[in-house]
Amino acid sequence: MTSVAATTDDHNTHHGPAKGLMRWVVTTNHKDIGSLYLWLAFIMFLAGGAMAMVIRAELFQPGLQFVRPEFFNQMTTLHGLVMVFGAVMPAWTGFANWLLPMMIGAPDMALPMMNNWSFWLLPFAFIMLVSTLFMEGGAPNFGWTFYAPLSTTYGPDSTDFFIFAIHLMGISSIMGAINVIVTILNMRAPGMTLLKMPLFVWTWLITAFLLIAVMPVLAGAVTMMLTDRNFGTSFFDAAGGGDPVMFQHVFWFFGHPEVYIMILPAFGVISQIVPTFARKPLFGYTSMVYAVGAIAFLSFAVWAHHMFTTGMPLAGELYFMYATVLIAVPTGVKIFNWAATMWKGSMTFETPMLFALAFIFLFTIGGFSGLMLGVGPADMQYHDTYFVVAHFHYVLVTGAVFALIAATYYWLPKFTGNMYSEKWGRIHFWLSTIAVNVLFFPQHFLGLAGMPRRIPDYALQFADFNMISSLGAFVFGASQLIFLCLVIHTIRGGSGKATDQVWEAAEGLEWTLPSPPPYHSFSTAPEVK
Amino acid sequence: MLLVIKKLGSLVLCAFGLLASSVAMADYQLNMTPGVTQVSRDVYWLHSLVLVFCVVIALGVFGAMIYSLIYHRKSKGAVAAQFHENTAVEIAWTVIPFIALIGLAIPATKTLIELEDSSDPDMSIKVTGYQWKWQYEYLDEGISFFSNLSETSRAAAALGQDPTGVENYLLDVDNPIVVPINKKVRFLVTANDVIHSWWVPALGWKQDAIPGFINTAWTKIDEPGTYRGQCAELCGKDHGYMPVVLIAKTEEDYAAWVAEQQAAAAAEASGATKTWALADLMAKGERVYATNCAACHQPNGQGIPPAFPSLVTSPLLGQPVAEHINVVVNGRPGTAMQAFGAQLSDVDLAAVVTYERNAWGIDSGEIVQPAEAKAAR
Repeated sequence: MTSVAATTDDHNTHHGPAKGLMRWVVTTNHKDIGSLYLWLAFIMFLAGGAMAMVIRAELFQPGLQFVRPEFFNQMTTLHGLVMVFGAVMPAWTGFANWLLPMMIGAPDMALPMMNNWSFWLLPFAFIMLVSTLFMEGGAPNFGWTFYAPLSTTYGPDSTDFFIFAIHLMGISSIMGAINVIVTILNMRAPGMTLLKMPLFVWTWLITAFLLIAVMPVLAGAVTMMLTDRNFGTSFFDAAGGGDPVMFQHVFWFFGHPEVYIMILPAFGVISQIVPTFARKPLFGYTSMVYAVGAIAFLSFAVWAHHMFTTGMPLAGELYFMYATVLIAVPTGVKIFNWAATMWKGSMTFETPMLFALAFIFLFTIGGFSGLMLGVGPADMQYHDTYFVVAHFHYVLVTGAVFALIAATYYWLPKFTGNMYSEKWGRIHFWLSTIAVNVLFFPQHFLGLAGMPRRIPDYALQFADFNMISSLGAFVFGASQLIFLCLVIHTIRGGSGKATDQVWEAAEGLEWTLPSPPPYHSFSTAPEVK
Repeated sequence: MLLVIKKLGSLVLCAFGLLASSVAMADYQLNMTPGVTQVSRDVYWLHSLVLVFCVVIALGVFGAMIYSLIYHRKSKGAVAAQFHENTAVEIAWTVIPFIALIGLAIPATKTLIELEDSSDPDMSIKVTGYQWKWQYEYLDEGISFFSNLSETSRAAAALGQDPTGVENYLLDVDNPIVVPINKKVRFLVTANDVIHSWWVPALGWKQDAIPGFINTAWTKIDEPGTYRGQCAELCGKDHGYMPVVLIAKTEEDYAAWVAEQQAAAAAEASGATKTWALADLMAKGERVYATNCAACHQPNGQGIPPAFPSLVTSPLLGQPVAEHINVVVNGRPGTAMQAFGAQLSDVDLAAVVTYERNAWGIDSGEIVQPAEAKAAR
């Protein structure tokens, strides 16, 4: 399935990007679009982070000091939506745009016009979503899971804007996913068989299939909400013969694969970085690919483990418990493979490796708490407490976000041609890693002691751990400003020029290109042996 | 940037100072409660088992990684080996965890079956979640009442108040649910508006309260005591302000409590036939308002427009009393305004409508008698 299209681009050597602002509006270049995605993601990361700071400031002490409960609920809702749909997902699409053509030896993505469109839907979607904060009645306040009937019969007027924003994000994600699949399947360099693809390419290929499978389900859920709210239907309204629990089934049929959409590309990134700095090939490449496939497959069959307390029949609870704990097997395989890759390696600890190592340790902790949550009877206690909050922040912040940061340090010298400041990278790493644990680890204790999630105020016995958690949050939030400064500094020259190879032991086609790479990555397809 | 870090450092130091001073008022509970029922102890045991399972694996995996981080580093002269697969090892670390998980699933299955078996109860209580309170109906005893956040907690929870020193802050109610010990009590859990979740950690489970569904759960408590919990499912503005307080009593104490409740219900019914004076209605109305209305319409009647309209400027004031009673009894469908007819007695309805037409300087002088409220149902 190698491509001929990749070799025909010979008129391109003289034309670069258009000049001025229009370059970014009309661009069909995978690197420009990748940069747009990454900057959008970073802006949304800071916006969602600012909301998290409001949440943690309010929870710093018992009592209400800063915001009223109705605004607090808007903050938790928008924080979740912005971080999931605005920060993590677009950031991965940004890296996909930048890296996939360079990794498979292609000049650009397969569908460049659609690529432009799939990005430019997003700023409008997020402007619409965030503008609900300024509407009469306030922003959506029902949590990022928007359970009916709180979001339908009882939702604020702005909910309809939220629904439209979700539709736009869904269309954007589906177009991005189609582009990824078409690019990977059709534009690989001669000789790059599927089982020679770098793991980042593999994980993104599987992620793209997950996206195509579940984003329409989400679109269906919000469309049913829309008609329930405005056109008199009763999909989720028990009084009209509908079923509020069905909403949760539909939502989590999307929602569970969604969490793998956010973490599978992270698995890919870690599988690229660890071998480079261990100077040793990835252990168990084939089993890594199969493990990702198995995780993706299982992700469709475990959704109701989010619903153990809804009164499902016993048989349903037993099935979803068994299927859920089964995911620990392929996930364990991945962790073991990374550990075995480091074993008897010759390791150095540059910033990308530091973040990758933190990922492996801390994501594993999130995996353990995930296993605990999967055990049905114990989940009757854990469910909807801060234990859950701690769990999913370990897998999403120290998991997905740490992998994104590691990827940034790893490939930024290639993207910009400049090295970042290793000293500030290390400062960023240590501050972030210590603070993030101070932030989220005590939340396990809070949940076990009985603190529900999504409450603006709490009983006095939860005061100490909340204060510790908030302190961690403030330091973690501030440390990301260091990251922002560091990225800008690197783009403007950094601490010197990067070589083409950048890292001593890095392998892959992207390192054979100059740093920074040419506007059209491979105008002649490289030969892969 | 250095300056920023220095400033952060001083903030952290000063915050840790604050922390040290607050130690006295709180505790550092680290683990789940074992609870007071057989199910809760089984859940606790299962939690401990899976936690130990995770810790043992973590020690192995993290230990191996830390060993290579220390000894397999380039600066120590380590030379990278080039192996990249080992079929036997890979099969082993797929199969062994799988078998271990089966070992975990067996006790989990037993506990789950036990937890879901609510057959043959000694008594049943219907639990209904409302925004933002619980209703308890004792199906055999004919007792029914609402359980709201206590007024001391409500007052301390206002923006800018300091709740330090408030006993059982946010975990205290006006009317706790009371159950006998050593009896299998079945709960029929449902909701009136949005989804809530009824949770007392000492019982070992939580059960979602879903409109249109009746979920069952059960408990059999060993020892008398007061057990506190909270609503666990986001249910709107005051999700954090609808605690559950359960009091377990010995069988004799429980019987006395039932008799007391039934006598109080009879006394309440007799008040419905007499004619009330304005001052008495206002006094009762203020309490009814504080419990049922103030969360949305605020203690000063100003509400939080547009979701929760002001009562002080309400067009209802210009309309006949009957219309006002009608809105309170039947609610406004499609809004957060519930139908309070099912929740309030005739006396309560008369008192609260009288209060709303005379409080906050409105002083219309209009008096609503329980008989009028009864006629409006």
